[in-house]
Amino acid sequence: MTIVEKILARASGNTSVAPHQYVTARIDVAMMPENFRLVKTILDKAGIKEEEFKIWDPDKLFVLLDHRVPPFSVETAENQKISRQLASKIGVKNFYDVFPGVCHQVMIDKIHAYPGALIVGADSHTTTYGAMNAAATGIGASEMVYVILTGELWFRVPETIKFVVDGELPDHVSSKDIILYVAGKYGTDVAQYKAIEWTGTAVDEMSLDARLTMGNMSVELGAKFGLFKADEKTMDFVVSRTDKKFEPVEPDADARYAETHTIKAADLEPQLALPHSVGNVKSAADAKGIKIDQAVIASCCHGRIEDLQIAADMLTGKKVFPGVRFYVAPASYDVYREAIDQGLIGKLIDAGVMIGNPSCGFCTGFQGVLTKGEKCIAAVPRNFKGRMGSPDAEIYLASAATVTASAIKGEITDPREVM
Amino acid sequence: MATVNGRVRKFEDNIDTDTITPGNILHLPMEELKQHVFSPVSADYYKTIQPGDIIVAGHNFGCGSSREQATAVVKELGIAYIVCESMARIYFRNCIALGVYPIMSPGASGIFSEGDPISIDLDGGKVVNPKTKESTQFEPLSGTPKEILDSGGILPLIKKIAKASA
Repeated sequence: MTIVEKILARASGNTSVAPHQYVTARIDVAMMPENFRLVKTILDKAGIKEEEFKIWDPDKLFVLLDHRVPPFSVETAENQKISRQLASKIGVKNFYDVFPGVCHQVMIDKIHAYPGALIVGADSHTTTYGAMNAAATGIGASEMVYVILTGELWFRVPETIKFVVDGELPDHVSSKDIILYVAGKYGTDVAQYKAIEWTGTAVDEMSLDARLTMGNMSVELGAKFGLFKADEKTMDFVVSRTDKKFEPVEPDADARYAETHTIKAADLEPQLALPHSVGNVKSAADAKGIKIDQAVIASCCHGRIEDLQIAADMLTGKKVFPGVRFYVAPASYDVYREAIDQGLIGKLIDAGVMIGNPSCGFCTGFQGVLTKGEKCIAAVPRNFKGRMGSPDAEIYLASAATVTASAIKGEITDPREVM
Repeated sequence: MATVNGRVRKFEDNIDTDTITPGNILHLPMEELKQHVFSPVSADYYKTIQPGDIIVAGHNFGCGSSREQATAVVKELGIAYIVCESMARIYFRNCIALGVYPIMSPGASGIFSEGDPISIDLDGGKVVNPKTKESTQFEPLSGTPKEILDSGGILPLIKKIAKASA
């Protein structure tokens, strides 16, 4: 069996499962970000009183306010108030108010997402935890209400596609470039209804931070799960943060894959997804010279310590191009604290970067909004039309290195040109 | 049973959830949300929707966010069927949970233009353009998704379980 087949078999009480089979699986962890307030709407619609609504296992539910932080309008403040009151009334034990940061990064920081777990989240980027060897996927709010009540959910066991990324990545080419390359070459629905296993020597070599970016964007390839093996890097990170013991899951040697694709890491260049689709990919060099108004490193896809290190290193002794707004938001306060300790925040500020608070805002059009005609290069997961504000603005996706290089030059730039 | 007829509302490939329900208005109540449906496509799109309309789209319909408002708003406006080449996974689950029938029928987007009549044979798995007589096939829903959809979505199940355990 593949990794996901093993996890779904275990969670559904079967000795084995096969692709296309329907199973009902016990959920190990359920995560709900700021849309938690929709639980109230759904309960009201169903005519269920809050006192009738029991959480199946309060230790396994995590609720985090993260998207509209701090709130930008009376309505958003009111919605957060609804979430707080509901959390209190139904007894949400693991409730994170506005402080700790983007839900997915906090789930990683605190090891609420762990190797071998079956996790559902009411956010599409829940696939991020695949980098932790968890089978993790997004669902809607109504299904989440069902999970909170019952602790289980139906799944159709997906086929698994294996991507083997072998060899050494060239300097200034990162995991973001791998995933954009895959989106461009194979399409944003290459893994629709399927799981991906990311393997190969380039994957073995990369940091956990880098893998999280690929787990995160697996959903941009249509994937239900984007899985990695748990190796020494994964387990070192886990052990450094918790005493709890977990059981990582490895695929069997005779596991069956629907497709296997091999990518030579050494051939890759810095990539760029042009508006308005993640699959509209060119090399950064081919898009060179497009003037930008804004640059962003943030979100559940980036905003990790490695991204901030890249930006701070590249900006040492340099300045953000005059007239370009460069926003960097650490993904969580754990990351923020570490960035301060490493002296990264000072370097970024000195170079003319505005530091944002940890939240989803810069990726979702709640902070740093674009007006019509503006162009933004961003280390975030999505560039959909209108996502950062005006539908007449343009979002270009790239790695932290390409974003920083472009912020220095004021136009889209291959990072190898400024190193 | 069941043949359903309607008017085609045509969309391209990769219609994402930000296009269906832009992020910056998601916090608004449903009545206001409705007025922004597909607004990146055209500002007053909602005014052109009639209950009973049927979406016909290309590949990867509903890709992106897990926001179920992108499914709920379509249903609230009276669209109960979405025909497409393929549908993004979370959007598919949200359709089942909220009671919108998803129909993945390869080739369907090629046989319809905006405003065409459409006829869907739900049991026979056939999508027909009565104007041109062209048709495409699809696999009718089965298994757990069919059971949930037939029981009116996941809300009645939630209600039953909550009331039983209260």
